[in-house]
Amino acid sequence: MEYTWDFKIVLDSLPLLLRGLVVTVELWVVALAVGLSLGLAVSLARISARAWLNGPAIAYVEIFRNTPVLVQLIWFYYAFPIVLGQQLSPFTAAALGLTLNTSAYSAEIFRGGILSIARGQWEGARAIGMTRAMTMRRIILPQVMRRMLPAFTNRAIELAKVTSLASLLAVNEIMYEGRLISSTYYRPLEVLTVVALMYFLLIYPGSYLAARLERRLAARG
Amino acid sequence: MATTTAQMSEAVIRIRNLHKRFGDLHVVRGVDLDIKRGERIAIIGASGSGKSTILRCLNFMEMPSEGTIELDGKMLGTERPGNGGGVERVYAEAELCAVRTRVGMVFQQFNLFPHMTAIENVMEGLLTVKRMGKDAARDAAMGQLVKVGLQDKLDVYPSKLSGGQQQRVAIARALAMEPEVLLFDEPTSSLDPELVGEVLRVIHALAEEGRTMLLVTHELGFAYHFADRVVFIADGAIYETGTANGVLKHPQRERTQAFLARFAERAF
Repeated sequence: MEYTWDFKIVLDSLPLLLRGLVVTVELWVVALAVGLSLGLAVSLARISARAWLNGPAIAYVEIFRNTPVLVQLIWFYYAFPIVLGQQLSPFTAAALGLTLNTSAYSAEIFRGGILSIARGQWEGARAIGMTRAMTMRRIILPQVMRRMLPAFTNRAIELAKVTSLASLLAVNEIMYEGRLISSTYYRPLEVLTVVALMYFLLIYPGSYLAARLERRLAARG
Repeated sequence: MATTTAQMSEAVIRIRNLHKRFGDLHVVRGVDLDIKRGERIAIIGASGSGKSTILRCLNFMEMPSEGTIELDGKMLGTERPGNGGGVERVYAEAELCAVRTRVGMVFQQFNLFPHMTAIENVMEGLLTVKRMGKDAARDAAMGQLVKVGLQDKLDVYPSKLSGGQQQRVAIARALAMEPEVLLFDEPTSSLDPELVGEVLRVIHALAEEGRTMLLVTHELGFAYHFADRVVFIADGAIYETGTANGVLKHPQRERTQAFLARFAERAF
Protein backbone atom coordinates (compact mmCIF):
# COMPACT_ATOMS: atom_id res chain seq x y z
CA MET A 1 0.00 0.00 0.00
CA GLU A 2 1.43 3.30 -1.07
CA TYR A 3 0.28 6.39 0.73
CA THR A 4 2.18 9.61 0.80
CA TRP A 5 1.50 11.58 3.95
CA ASP A 6 1.24 15.26 3.32
CA PHE A 7 0.94 17.45 6.36
CA LYS A 8 1.52 20.70 4.53
CA ILE A 9 -2.21 21.17 3.95
CA VAL A 10 -2.82 20.74 7.65
CA LEU A 11 -0.15 23.20 8.61
CA ASP A 12 -1.71 25.76 6.31
CA SER A 13 -5.05 25.21 8.00
CA LEU A 14 -3.64 25.35 11.49
CA PRO A 15 -5.22 28.75 12.33
CA LEU A 16 -8.61 27.27 11.51
CA LEU A 17 -7.97 24.26 13.72
CA LEU A 18 -6.73 26.43 16.55
CA ARG A 19 -9.84 28.55 16.32
CA GLY A 20 -11.83 25.33 16.58
CA LEU A 21 -9.75 24.32 19.58
CA VAL A 22 -10.77 27.51 21.36
CA VAL A 23 -14.45 26.69 20.83
CA THR A 24 -13.83 23.14 22.10
CA VAL A 25 -12.24 24.53 25.24
CA GLU A 26 -15.17 26.91 25.74
CA LEU A 27 -17.67 24.05 25.47
CA TRP A 28 -15.59 21.93 27.81
CA VAL A 29 -15.13 24.56 30.50
CA VAL A 30 -18.76 25.71 30.47
CA ALA A 31 -20.20 22.19 30.54
CA LEU A 32 -17.77 21.05 33.23
CA ALA A 33 -18.13 24.04 35.57
CA VAL A 34 -21.88 24.42 35.29
CA GLY A 35 -22.43 20.66 35.05
CA LEU A 36 -20.55 19.98 38.28
CA SER A 37 -22.38 22.72 40.20
CA LEU A 38 -25.74 21.60 38.90
CA GLY A 39 -24.76 17.99 39.59
CA LEU A 40 -24.11 18.82 43.23
CA ALA A 41 -27.56 20.40 43.52
CA VAL A 42 -29.18 17.39 41.83
CA SER A 43 -27.34 14.96 44.12
CA LEU A 44 -28.53 16.85 47.21
CA ALA A 45 -32.09 16.62 45.90
CA ARG A 46 -31.52 12.96 45.09
CA ILE A 47 -30.49 12.05 48.67
CA SER A 48 -33.19 14.19 50.23
CA ALA A 49 -35.86 12.36 52.20
CA ARG A 50 -38.51 14.56 50.60
CA ALA A 51 -40.25 12.74 47.74
CA TRP A 52 -41.01 15.95 45.82
CA LEU A 53 -37.26 16.58 45.67
CA ASN A 54 -35.77 13.15 45.14
CA GLY A 55 -38.43 11.86 42.71
CA PRO A 56 -37.72 14.46 40.00
CA ALA A 57 -33.96 14.17 40.69
CA ILE A 58 -34.04 10.42 40.04
CA ALA A 59 -36.02 10.92 36.82
CA TYR A 60 -33.58 13.61 35.67
CA VAL A 61 -30.51 11.48 36.29
CA GLU A 62 -31.96 8.37 34.68
CA ILE A 63 -33.19 10.15 31.56
CA PHE A 64 -29.77 11.66 30.86
CA ARG A 65 -27.82 8.53 31.72
CA ASN A 66 -29.90 6.15 29.66
CA THR A 67 -30.14 8.02 26.36
CA PRO A 68 -27.31 8.76 23.91
CA VAL A 69 -25.60 12.14 24.25
CA LEU A 70 -25.86 12.62 20.52
CA VAL A 71 -29.65 12.32 20.67
CA GLN A 72 -29.74 14.77 23.55
CA LEU A 73 -27.76 17.37 21.63
CA ILE A 74 -29.89 17.00 18.54
CA TRP A 75 -32.99 17.19 20.68
CA PHE A 76 -31.94 20.45 22.29
CA TYR A 77 -31.20 21.94 18.90
CA TYR A 78 -34.27 20.76 16.99
CA ALA A 79 -36.96 19.89 19.52
CA PHE A 80 -36.35 22.61 22.10
CA PRO A 81 -37.50 25.40 19.73
CA ILE A 82 -40.72 23.53 19.03
CA VAL A 83 -41.43 22.96 22.72
CA LEU A 84 -40.43 26.40 23.99
CA GLY A 85 -40.76 28.46 20.83
CA GLN A 86 -37.20 29.72 21.19
CA GLN A 87 -34.44 28.81 18.74
CA LEU A 88 -31.09 28.19 20.39
CA SER A 89 -27.81 28.87 18.64
CA PRO A 90 -25.88 25.66 17.85
CA PHE A 91 -23.31 26.53 20.52
CA THR A 92 -25.96 27.17 23.17
CA ALA A 93 -27.83 23.98 22.31
CA ALA A 94 -24.61 21.93 22.47
CA ALA A 95 -23.44 23.60 25.68
CA LEU A 96 -26.84 23.06 27.28
CA GLY A 97 -26.99 19.40 26.29
CA LEU A 98 -23.44 18.69 27.44
CA THR A 99 -23.97 20.57 30.70
CA LEU A 100 -27.15 18.74 31.64
CA ASN A 101 -25.62 15.42 30.66
CA THR A 102 -22.54 16.13 32.77
CA SER A 103 -24.69 17.23 35.69
CA ALA A 104 -26.58 13.92 35.65
CA TYR A 105 -23.36 11.90 35.74
CA SER A 106 -21.69 14.05 38.36
CA ALA A 107 -24.83 13.95 40.50
CA GLU A 108 -24.33 10.20 40.72
CA ILE A 109 -20.64 10.64 41.57
CA PHE A 110 -21.50 13.18 44.29
CA ARG A 111 -24.25 10.96 45.64
CA GLY A 112 -21.99 7.90 45.80
CA GLY A 113 -19.30 9.98 47.47
CA ILE A 114 -21.60 11.52 50.05
CA LEU A 115 -23.07 8.14 50.98
CA SER A 116 -19.57 6.65 51.29
CA ILE A 117 -18.55 9.06 54.07
CA ALA A 118 -18.83 7.31 57.42
CA ARG A 119 -21.68 8.29 59.73
CA GLY A 120 -19.10 9.19 62.36
CA GLN A 121 -18.10 12.25 60.35
CA TRP A 122 -21.63 13.61 60.60
CA GLU A 123 -21.69 12.81 64.30
CA GLY A 124 -18.30 14.38 64.97
CA ALA A 125 -19.52 17.61 63.39
CA ARG A 126 -22.93 17.51 65.03
CA ALA A 127 -21.34 16.97 68.43
CA ILE A 128 -19.63 20.36 68.26
CA GLY A 129 -22.87 22.08 67.28
CA MET A 130 -22.47 22.28 63.51
CA THR A 131 -25.67 22.42 61.45
CA ARG A 132 -26.37 19.98 58.63
CA ALA A 133 -25.55 22.59 56.01
CA MET A 134 -22.25 23.54 57.68
CA THR A 135 -21.31 19.88 57.99
CA MET A 136 -22.05 19.22 54.34
CA ARG A 137 -19.98 22.18 53.20
CA ARG A 138 -17.02 21.97 55.58
CA ILE A 139 -16.73 18.29 56.46
CA ILE A 140 -18.50 16.03 53.97
CA LEU A 141 -17.99 17.66 50.55
CA PRO A 142 -14.24 18.28 50.91
CA GLN A 143 -13.83 14.58 51.63
CA VAL A 144 -16.13 13.66 48.74
CA MET A 145 -14.06 15.78 46.34
CA ARG A 146 -10.90 14.00 47.47
CA ARG A 147 -12.35 10.54 47.39
CA MET A 148 -14.13 10.98 44.07
CA LEU A 149 -11.33 12.84 42.31
CA PRO A 150 -10.57 9.88 39.99
CA ALA A 151 -14.23 9.61 39.02
CA PHE A 152 -14.48 13.35 38.38
CA THR A 153 -11.27 13.22 36.33
CA ASN A 154 -12.71 10.43 34.17
CA ARG A 155 -15.86 12.43 33.66
CA ALA A 156 -13.89 15.51 32.64
CA ILE A 157 -11.81 13.50 30.15
CA GLU A 158 -14.91 11.86 28.73
CA LEU A 159 -16.59 15.25 28.39
CA ALA A 160 -13.64 16.78 26.54
CA LYS A 161 -13.98 14.10 23.89
CA VAL A 162 -17.77 14.15 23.77
CA THR A 163 -17.68 17.87 22.87
CA SER A 164 -16.76 16.62 19.37
CA LEU A 165 -20.41 15.62 18.94
CA ALA A 166 -21.25 19.32 18.82
CA SER A 167 -19.78 19.29 15.31
CA LEU A 168 -22.97 17.58 14.17
CA LEU A 169 -24.91 20.71 15.14
CA ALA A 170 -22.41 22.72 13.06
CA VAL A 171 -20.74 24.20 16.12
CA ASN A 172 -17.37 25.30 14.76
CA GLU A 173 -15.27 23.46 17.30
CA ILE A 174 -12.15 21.53 16.39
CA MET A 175 -13.86 18.41 15.00
CA TYR A 176 -16.10 20.50 12.81
CA GLU A 177 -13.16 22.47 11.46
CA GLY A 178 -11.26 19.23 10.96
CA ARG A 179 -14.02 17.67 8.89
CA LEU A 180 -14.40 20.85 6.91
CA ILE A 181 -10.70 20.91 6.04
CA SER A 182 -10.72 17.17 5.25
CA SER A 183 -13.51 17.45 2.78
CA THR A 184 -11.98 20.52 1.16
CA TYR A 185 -8.52 19.05 0.60
CA TYR A 186 -9.25 15.30 0.68
CA ARG A 187 -6.63 14.72 3.34
CA PRO A 188 -8.71 13.25 6.18
CA LEU A 189 -5.90 11.04 7.58
CA GLU A 190 -3.50 13.91 8.07
CA VAL A 191 -6.17 16.23 9.41
CA LEU A 192 -7.60 13.70 11.84
CA THR A 193 -4.12 12.76 13.04
CA VAL A 194 -3.47 16.37 13.92
CA VAL A 195 -6.94 16.77 15.46
CA ALA A 196 -6.29 13.70 17.64
CA LEU A 197 -2.94 15.14 18.68
CA MET A 198 -4.58 18.42 19.64
CA TYR A 199 -7.21 16.64 21.76
CA PHE A 200 -4.42 14.73 23.46
CA LEU A 201 -2.42 17.88 24.20
CA LEU A 202 -5.57 19.49 25.55
CA ILE A 203 -6.65 16.65 27.80
CA TYR A 204 -3.43 15.03 28.99
CA PRO A 205 -2.03 17.88 31.13
CA GLY A 206 -5.28 17.92 33.09
CA SER A 207 -5.30 14.20 33.76
CA TYR A 208 -1.60 14.33 34.65
CA LEU A 209 -2.21 17.08 37.20
CA ALA A 210 -5.21 15.24 38.62
CA ALA A 211 -3.14 12.07 39.04
CA ARG A 212 -0.44 14.05 40.83
CA LEU A 213 -3.00 15.68 43.11
CA GLU A 214 -4.42 12.25 43.88
CA ARG A 215 -0.99 10.98 44.89
CA ARG A 216 -0.38 14.03 47.06
CA LEU A 217 -3.68 13.60 48.86
CA ALA A 218 -3.06 9.89 49.27
CA ALA A 219 0.32 10.58 50.86
CA ARG A 220 -1.40 12.79 53.42
CA GLY A 221 -3.64 9.81 54.15
CA MET B 1 -34.60 34.87 85.98
CA ALA B 2 -32.81 32.15 84.03
CA THR B 3 -29.92 32.19 86.47
CA THR B 4 -32.22 31.90 89.45
CA THR B 5 -33.83 28.82 87.93
CA ALA B 6 -30.41 27.36 87.22
CA GLN B 7 -29.26 27.99 90.76
CA MET B 8 -32.43 26.60 92.21
CA SER B 9 -32.32 23.40 90.22
CA GLU B 10 -29.29 21.55 91.40
CA ALA B 11 -29.28 19.22 88.40
CA VAL B 12 -27.61 20.50 85.26
CA ILE B 13 -29.28 17.68 83.34
CA ARG B 14 -32.53 16.09 84.42
CA ILE B 15 -33.77 13.05 82.53
CA ARG B 16 -37.31 11.80 82.99
CA ASN B 17 -38.79 8.59 81.61
CA LEU B 18 -36.34 8.37 78.71
CA HIS B 19 -37.19 5.74 76.08
CA LYS B 20 -35.50 4.91 72.81
CA ARG B 21 -36.83 2.49 70.23
CA PHE B 22 -35.15 1.46 66.99
CA GLY B 23 -38.12 0.06 65.10
CA ASP B 24 -39.33 -2.87 67.19
CA LEU B 25 -36.22 -2.84 69.33
CA HIS B 26 -36.86 -1.13 72.67
CA VAL B 27 -33.33 -0.18 73.71
CA VAL B 28 -33.86 2.35 76.49
CA ARG B 29 -36.79 1.63 78.79
CA GLY B 30 -37.66 4.48 81.10
CA VAL B 31 -34.54 6.09 82.53
CA ASP B 32 -34.71 8.81 85.21
CA LEU B 33 -31.44 10.46 86.11
CA ASP B 34 -30.35 13.77 87.64
CA ILE B 35 -26.83 14.92 86.91
CA LYS B 36 -25.54 17.53 89.33
CA ARG B 37 -23.09 20.22 88.35
CA GLY B 38 -19.53 19.00 88.85
CA GLU B 39 -20.64 15.40 89.22
CA ARG B 40 -18.73 12.56 87.59
CA ILE B 41 -20.84 9.60 86.65
CA ALA B 42 -19.63 6.29 85.23
CA ILE B 43 -22.19 4.27 83.32
CA ILE B 44 -21.41 0.57 83.16
CA GLY B 45 -23.21 -2.52 81.93
CA ALA B 46 -22.97 -5.37 79.45
CA SER B 47 -22.71 -4.81 75.69
CA GLY B 48 -26.13 -4.14 74.26
CA SER B 49 -27.57 -3.05 77.60
CA GLY B 50 -28.36 0.39 76.12
CA LYS B 51 -25.79 2.39 78.07
CA SER B 52 -24.28 4.10 75.01
CA THR B 53 -27.73 4.89 73.65
CA ILE B 54 -28.69 6.61 76.90
CA LEU B 55 -25.55 8.74 76.68
CA ARG B 56 -26.16 9.53 73.01
CA CYS B 57 -29.68 10.76 73.79
CA LEU B 58 -28.23 13.41 76.10
CA ASN B 59 -26.73 15.42 73.23
CA PHE B 60 -29.30 14.15 70.74
CA MET B 61 -27.00 12.00 68.66
CA GLU B 62 -30.07 9.79 69.03
CA MET B 63 -33.50 11.36 69.29
CA PRO B 64 -35.40 10.15 72.36
CA SER B 65 -38.56 8.26 71.42
CA GLU B 66 -40.23 9.32 74.63
CA GLY B 67 -39.44 11.24 77.79
CA THR B 68 -37.93 14.61 78.55
CA ILE B 69 -34.50 16.11 79.07
CA GLU B 70 -33.95 19.34 80.97
CA LEU B 71 -30.74 21.31 80.62
CA ASP B 72 -30.13 23.88 83.35
CA GLY B 73 -33.79 23.82 84.31
CA LYS B 74 -34.98 24.39 80.77
CA MET B 75 -37.08 21.68 79.15
CA LEU B 76 -35.73 20.85 75.68
CA GLY B 77 -37.96 20.58 72.62
CA THR B 78 -41.60 21.47 72.25
CA GLU B 79 -44.66 19.32 72.64
CA ARG B 80 -47.10 18.69 69.86
CA PRO B 81 -49.89 16.17 69.28
CA GLY B 82 -48.42 12.82 68.17
CA ASN B 83 -49.75 10.34 65.64
CA GLY B 84 -51.05 7.88 68.19
CA GLY B 85 -53.21 10.51 69.92
CA GLY B 86 -50.64 11.27 72.65
CA VAL B 87 -48.03 13.99 72.60
CA GLU B 88 -44.56 13.87 71.12
CA ARG B 89 -41.63 16.22 71.47
CA VAL B 90 -40.06 17.90 68.48
CA TYR B 91 -36.68 19.56 68.46
CA ALA B 92 -35.61 22.39 66.15
CA GLU B 93 -32.16 22.08 64.58
CA ALA B 94 -31.08 25.43 66.06
CA GLU B 95 -31.98 24.29 69.56
CA LEU B 96 -30.13 20.99 69.15
CA CYS B 97 -27.02 22.71 67.82
CA ALA B 98 -27.06 25.06 70.79
CA VAL B 99 -27.49 22.14 73.21
CA ARG B 100 -24.60 20.26 71.61
CA THR B 101 -22.19 23.14 72.14
CA ARG B 102 -23.08 22.93 75.84
CA VAL B 103 -23.03 19.13 76.07
CA GLY B 104 -19.87 17.92 74.35
CA MET B 105 -19.11 14.36 73.30
CA VAL B 106 -16.06 12.18 72.80
CA PHE B 107 -16.65 9.08 70.68
CA GLN B 108 -15.26 5.58 70.71
CA GLN B 109 -14.07 6.00 67.11
CA PHE B 110 -12.73 9.58 67.63
CA ASN B 111 -14.55 10.85 64.51
CA LEU B 112 -11.81 13.33 63.68
CA PHE B 113 -12.02 15.07 60.33
CA PRO B 114 -9.32 13.36 58.22
CA HIS B 115 -8.87 16.26 55.80
CA MET B 116 -7.89 18.63 58.60
CA THR B 117 -4.80 18.78 60.77
CA ALA B 118 -5.01 18.35 64.53
CA ILE B 119 -5.32 22.07 65.18
CA GLU B 120 -7.78 22.57 62.31
CA ASN B 121 -9.96 19.87 63.85
CA VAL B 122 -10.02 21.75 67.14
CA MET B 123 -10.54 25.13 65.43
CA GLU B 124 -13.46 23.97 63.27
CA GLY B 125 -16.25 24.43 65.82
CA LEU B 126 -14.76 27.73 66.97
CA LEU B 127 -14.76 29.07 63.41
CA THR B 128 -18.10 27.77 62.18
CA VAL B 129 -20.25 27.55 65.30
CA LYS B 130 -18.75 30.16 67.62
CA ARG B 131 -17.80 32.37 64.67
CA MET B 132 -14.46 33.30 66.16
CA GLY B 133 -11.77 34.99 64.09
CA LYS B 134 -9.03 32.78 62.72
CA ASP B 135 -6.28 34.02 65.06
CA ALA B 136 -8.40 33.80 68.19
CA ALA B 137 -9.59 30.32 67.19
CA ARG B 138 -6.02 29.20 66.56
CA ASP B 139 -4.89 30.48 69.97
CA ALA B 140 -7.78 28.81 71.74
CA ALA B 141 -7.26 25.54 69.86
CA MET B 142 -3.56 25.58 70.63
CA GLY B 143 -4.34 26.03 74.31
CA GLN B 144 -6.55 22.93 74.27
CA LEU B 145 -3.99 20.85 72.41
CA VAL B 146 -1.29 21.87 74.88
CA LYS B 147 -3.61 20.79 77.64
CA VAL B 148 -3.90 17.27 76.20
CA GLY B 149 -0.14 17.17 75.62
CA LEU B 150 -0.12 17.48 71.85
CA GLN B 151 1.67 20.82 71.41
CA ASP B 152 4.14 19.19 69.00
CA LYS B 153 1.43 17.65 66.76
CA LEU B 154 -0.52 20.79 65.82
CA ASP B 155 -0.08 20.50 62.06
CA VAL B 156 -0.22 16.73 61.78
CA TYR B 157 -3.09 14.97 60.01
CA PRO B 158 -5.08 12.42 62.05
CA SER B 159 -3.88 9.51 59.90
CA LYS B 160 -0.35 10.18 61.11
CA LEU B 161 -1.32 10.07 64.79
CA SER B 162 -1.65 7.05 67.06
CA GLY B 163 -5.09 6.09 68.34
CA GLY B 164 -4.34 7.61 71.71
CA GLN B 165 -3.19 10.87 70.15
CA GLN B 166 -6.26 10.96 67.91
CA GLN B 167 -8.52 10.54 70.91
CA ARG B 168 -6.71 13.34 72.71
CA VAL B 169 -7.28 15.62 69.71
CA ALA B 170 -10.96 14.65 69.86
CA ILE B 171 -11.05 15.57 73.56
CA ALA B 172 -9.40 18.92 72.78
CA ARG B 173 -11.97 19.49 70.03
CA ALA B 174 -14.82 18.90 72.48
CA LEU B 175 -13.17 21.04 75.19
CA ALA B 176 -12.66 23.96 72.80
CA MET B 177 -16.42 24.54 72.73
CA GLU B 178 -16.29 25.04 76.52
CA PRO B 179 -19.15 22.65 77.21
CA GLU B 180 -20.84 22.52 80.61
CA VAL B 181 -21.13 18.76 80.41
CA LEU B 182 -18.80 16.27 78.73
CA LEU B 183 -19.98 12.87 77.53
CA PHE B 184 -17.46 10.09 76.90
CA ASP B 185 -18.77 7.12 74.92
CA GLU B 186 -16.31 4.28 75.56
CA PRO B 187 -13.35 6.56 74.80
CA THR B 188 -10.72 3.84 75.16
CA SER B 189 -12.54 0.83 73.70
CA SER B 190 -10.96 1.03 70.26
CA LEU B 191 -7.45 1.73 71.53
CA ASP B 192 -4.54 -0.66 71.76
CA PRO B 193 -4.02 -1.54 75.42
CA GLU B 194 -0.75 0.39 75.69
CA LEU B 195 -2.48 3.59 74.53
CA VAL B 196 -5.36 3.48 77.01
CA GLY B 197 -3.35 5.04 79.82
CA GLU B 198 -2.55 8.34 78.09
CA VAL B 199 -6.23 8.95 77.33
CA LEU B 200 -7.39 8.01 80.81
CA ARG B 201 -4.80 10.38 82.30
CA VAL B 202 -6.29 13.25 80.28
CA ILE B 203 -9.82 12.34 81.36
CA HIS B 204 -8.64 12.11 84.95
CA ALA B 205 -7.07 15.58 84.76
CA LEU B 206 -10.38 16.98 83.49
CA ALA B 207 -12.19 15.33 86.37
CA GLU B 208 -9.81 17.08 88.77
CA GLU B 209 -10.96 20.42 87.34
CA GLY B 210 -14.44 19.76 88.65
CA ARG B 211 -16.09 19.32 85.28
CA THR B 212 -19.44 17.63 84.92
CA MET B 213 -18.74 14.38 83.11
CA LEU B 214 -20.50 11.18 82.12
CA LEU B 215 -18.40 8.24 81.07
CA VAL B 216 -19.62 5.01 79.49
CA THR B 217 -16.83 2.54 79.98
CA HIS B 218 -15.64 -1.01 80.39
CA GLU B 219 -12.60 0.16 82.37
CA LEU B 220 -14.01 -0.62 85.77
CA GLY B 221 -10.76 0.11 87.55
CA PHE B 222 -10.73 3.60 86.09
CA ALA B 223 -14.45 4.06 86.80
CA TYR B 224 -13.76 3.29 90.46
CA HIS B 225 -11.25 6.14 90.79
CA PHE B 226 -13.03 8.51 88.44
CA ALA B 227 -16.67 8.43 89.45
CA ASP B 228 -18.65 10.05 92.26
CA ARG B 229 -21.49 7.83 91.21
CA VAL B 230 -21.74 4.62 89.22
CA VAL B 231 -24.84 3.66 87.29
CA PHE B 232 -25.27 0.02 86.29
CA ILE B 233 -27.54 -0.45 83.28
CA ALA B 234 -29.34 -3.66 82.41
CA ASP B 235 -32.02 -4.11 79.73
CA GLY B 236 -32.12 -0.41 78.96
CA ALA B 237 -32.91 0.71 82.50
CA ILE B 238 -31.00 1.72 85.62
CA TYR B 239 -30.63 -1.49 87.59
CA GLU B 240 -28.39 -0.31 90.41
CA THR B 241 -26.82 3.02 91.27
CA GLY B 242 -24.69 4.37 94.07
CA THR B 243 -21.19 5.47 94.96
CA ALA B 244 -18.29 3.91 93.10
CA ASN B 245 -17.35 2.01 96.23
CA GLY B 246 -20.92 0.89 96.80
CA VAL B 247 -21.73 -0.40 93.33
CA LEU B 248 -18.33 -1.74 92.31
CA LYS B 249 -17.11 -3.16 95.63
CA HIS B 250 -20.37 -4.00 97.36
CA PRO B 251 -23.06 -4.52 94.73
CA GLN B 252 -26.44 -5.20 96.29
CA ARG B 253 -28.34 -6.78 93.43
CA GLU B 254 -27.89 -10.05 91.63
CA ARG B 255 -27.16 -8.94 88.06
CA THR B 256 -24.68 -6.32 89.17
CA GLN B 257 -22.87 -8.97 91.18
CA ALA B 258 -22.86 -11.38 88.23
CA PHE B 259 -21.56 -8.66 85.87
CA LEU B 260 -18.75 -7.69 88.23
CA ALA B 261 -17.87 -11.32 88.86
CA ARG B 262 -17.38 -11.85 85.13
CA PHE B 263 -14.98 -8.92 85.07
CA ALA B 264 -13.09 -10.21 88.08
CA GLU B 265 -12.65 -13.57 86.36
CA ARG B 266 -11.30 -11.96 83.27
CA ALA B 267 -8.75 -9.99 85.26
CA PHE B 268 -6.91 -13.13 86.36
